[in-house]
Amino acid sequence: MFQFIFRRLSLVIPTFLGITLLTFTLIRLIPGDPIEVMAGERGVSAERHAELSAQLGFDQPLYMQYYNYVTGVLQGDLGNSLITREPVMKEFLTLFPATIELAFCAAIFAILIGLPAGIFAAVKRGTVIDHSVMTFSLTGYSMPIFWWALLLMLVFSVNLGWTPVSGRIDVVYWIDDVTGFMLIDSLLSGEEGAFSSAVSHLILPSIVLGTIPMAVIARMTRSSMLEVLSEDYIRTARAKGIAPWRVIVIHALRNALIPVITVIGLQVGILLSGAILTETVFAWPGIGKWLIESIGRRDYPVVQGGILIVACIIIVVNLLVDITYGIVNPRIRHSR
Amino acid sequence: MKKGLAKLTLALMAAGAIGTSAHAASTLVYCSEGSPEGFNPAFYTAGTTFDATSKNMFNRLVEFKLGTTETEPGLATSYDVSSDGLEYTFHLRKGVKFHSSKDFKPTRDFNADDVIFTFDRQGNKENPYHTVSGGSYEYFTGMGMDTLIKEMVKIDDYTVKFVLTKPEAPFIANLAMDFASIFSKEQADFYMKKGTPEKLDIDPVATGPFQKVQYQKDSLIRYTAFEDYWKGKAKVDRLVFSITPDASVRYAKLKAGECDIMPYPNPADLKQMEADPNINLMNQEGLNVGYLAFNTQKKPFTDPRVRQALNLATDKSAIIDAVFQGAGKVAKNPIPPTMWSYNKDIVDYPYDPVKAKKLLAEAGYPDGFSTNIWAMPVQRPYNPNARRMAEIMQEDWSKVGVKAEIVSYEWGEYLNRSKKGEHDTVLLGWTGDNGDPDNFLYVLLGCDGVGGSNRAQWCNEEFNNLLLSAKQTSDKAERTKLYEESQVVFKREAPWITVAHSVVYEPIRKEVKGYKIDPLGGHYFYNVSK
Repeated sequence: MFQFIFRRLSLVIPTFLGITLLTFTLIRLIPGDPIEVMAGERGVSAERHAELSAQLGFDQPLYMQYYNYVTGVLQGDLGNSLITREPVMKEFLTLFPATIELAFCAAIFAILIGLPAGIFAAVKRGTVIDHSVMTFSLTGYSMPIFWWALLLMLVFSVNLGWTPVSGRIDVVYWIDDVTGFMLIDSLLSGEEGAFSSAVSHLILPSIVLGTIPMAVIARMTRSSMLEVLSEDYIRTARAKGIAPWRVIVIHALRNALIPVITVIGLQVGILLSGAILTETVFAWPGIGKWLIESIGRRDYPVVQGGILIVACIIIVVNLLVDITYGIVNPRIRHSR
Repeated sequence: MKKGLAKLTLALMAAGAIGTSAHAASTLVYCSEGSPEGFNPAFYTAGTTFDATSKNMFNRLVEFKLGTTETEPGLATSYDVSSDGLEYTFHLRKGVKFHSSKDFKPTRDFNADDVIFTFDRQGNKENPYHTVSGGSYEYFTGMGMDTLIKEMVKIDDYTVKFVLTKPEAPFIANLAMDFASIFSKEQADFYMKKGTPEKLDIDPVATGPFQKVQYQKDSLIRYTAFEDYWKGKAKVDRLVFSITPDASVRYAKLKAGECDIMPYPNPADLKQMEADPNINLMNQEGLNVGYLAFNTQKKPFTDPRVRQALNLATDKSAIIDAVFQGAGKVAKNPIPPTMWSYNKDIVDYPYDPVKAKKLLAEAGYPDGFSTNIWAMPVQRPYNPNARRMAEIMQEDWSKVGVKAEIVSYEWGEYLNRSKKGEHDTVLLGWTGDNGDPDNFLYVLLGCDGVGGSNRAQWCNEEFNNLLLSAKQTSDKAERTKLYEESQVVFKREAPWITVAHSVVYEPIRKEVKGYKIDPLGGHYFYNVSK
């Protein structure tokens, strides 16, 4: 087992270095000088430009800049944003709880709907129910998120007034930032109605963000269930006269869940890396929007640092999935 | 189970709704378009940052009278100018209180030390605060204040004298700008002593109508009305900036009553907003100009007749219809009509391709010539779609035989290359900083701007001398005359095609009272009630 984990971990280091090099190069390949972008129509004089370049370290040769960046990263310093001048890590930590909260709720929505729908479709294979679940999930999978978000918002928030349009909590509640998780902070504040306001603000974004993972989970569950249901032991179990639901839930689902868990794990990794469109539409203060904006502003440290952290999250989630998988399924950890 | 969940959701939402009505009494919600870059306005140049800081939290020695580009007393009750125009003596207001923050409670009122600290920090490299938080003061240096202010003298606690290196009439207008917002020296010393000077720029106390309570990046900013504000407490108790980057979502929030005022609507939504009984759609001409600059140092644009000809060949009203969709007006002068000294008597070049062709022939180009039009890659208030604008011009010009190729670069690259004059003609624009005509005319067309902000690379002695004389007198009537005259020279020499001034639209909820559009593009909430 340890050998397995070690093998996995040793791959992380080259991946990590590759990511630093890739983000560092790519953001510099996009044309555009951050100082010119900052200055806009007003412009800066050549002297001022040189002064700022020196201040930000842009006057050094690229390999030196890269060296400084990597040594900084190894010491835990991701640099400061060119725009806000705040440490990249600090900005990330302020925004990440919002992303986690939304990702968590979206994942719950996706699992709660996707899993039963997939099981149901597999059990009722070939019926109208199966076809409609599959059509529905295909639609969900190919839904343009921006449009879907605006549609739900117009119907439920503007026309029906059931849910708030955007934001994390109603502006009448003045909640202190304790954990950064609005659901927890609103409970801690003790203000009446704050928690339910936070929940109601999560409904639409979670549905929108959870739509694609839901579809993926539903389809995966269905195909995995179908495979298991055709196994001999299921037929044996049925022949022994075990109650149909028991066969499905206890005998079939357990085994069918293994690939589904992997998919869920990967989806959670993606959700945690920020949801650019959902965050933009719902004015959700997460990391996806933060990264996109910083690319537009050529905010090199934020782009480099932010992408690095996101990549690390995905690496860690994948690693965890792999390891769990190895624990659950001995065949994997023993194979080379 | 599903039913149970639905019931729970509904119950939660109902609880949320009840909570809302209980508190909402006097909270004003402004759906801002983005996060401020920080809370020290001297560091930044974005309007988003100024709305969140200088416009509502801070005061300046002189300020813009709301709804105009004229200045009025702020923290200085009055000022005297010496006869040579080199010394400005400010008499400061007494009894002005600073906000308190979690860490810091002020023990004294605003005085001359605060004024000197604010400007010394930006201009004096020896000031211990100069390099704190990155230490770049873009507007202070951009407006030339670093070379303009020779020294500041504290005459007594409530009198400060600024000595300038040269007479510069726009100095007063500069002091009304955001970078000149007054900080507390007492707070600065407090943080310096604690060894955390950068906190001054994160949590500054100021003297303005609202004090910051909380900022959650990309989410919201909360302010309370400052009880001891020297002009009297603001009309609302609380002010919230709900940060909403997408314009259609801002509109949805406005409709749902989640915000009271929103900036920058989508032009496509304007008709619907106008028809909405709950929304009051305000509008005003913006303090900006969108233009096409000819590179007057490159042939054939060295010849004024060629420039005039292309002015005649361009159908501006077609551009306004197609590009601005009603949110713009044809520009005839380089400064907008809301600005003082705007010359109403100027007659613009009419759309006249026949005359244009004749002029071109006179200049030696009877069959036209080949050139390029640079189109900006970004959307700006003064030009929402540069590509489209360039296409219309391309077609107009082809009718008089001028073949133009459309060129574009990434924005930073575009600005940089056009500064160096690599273009034949370039589309660009300007939004005013301080309401002074000098800020348009001298910055964009003065000889000092060649190789920089003067994209026409145009240095005309007659024009430039008029502007220099206007800088040297603080007599407004005299300055008005000089600027009016300069606009005549400008029109005759035609270094630009003046295309448009945009119209700024701001939808607000019907119940909001007292809001005024600021011609300088800011958003002030002191006078607003609901």
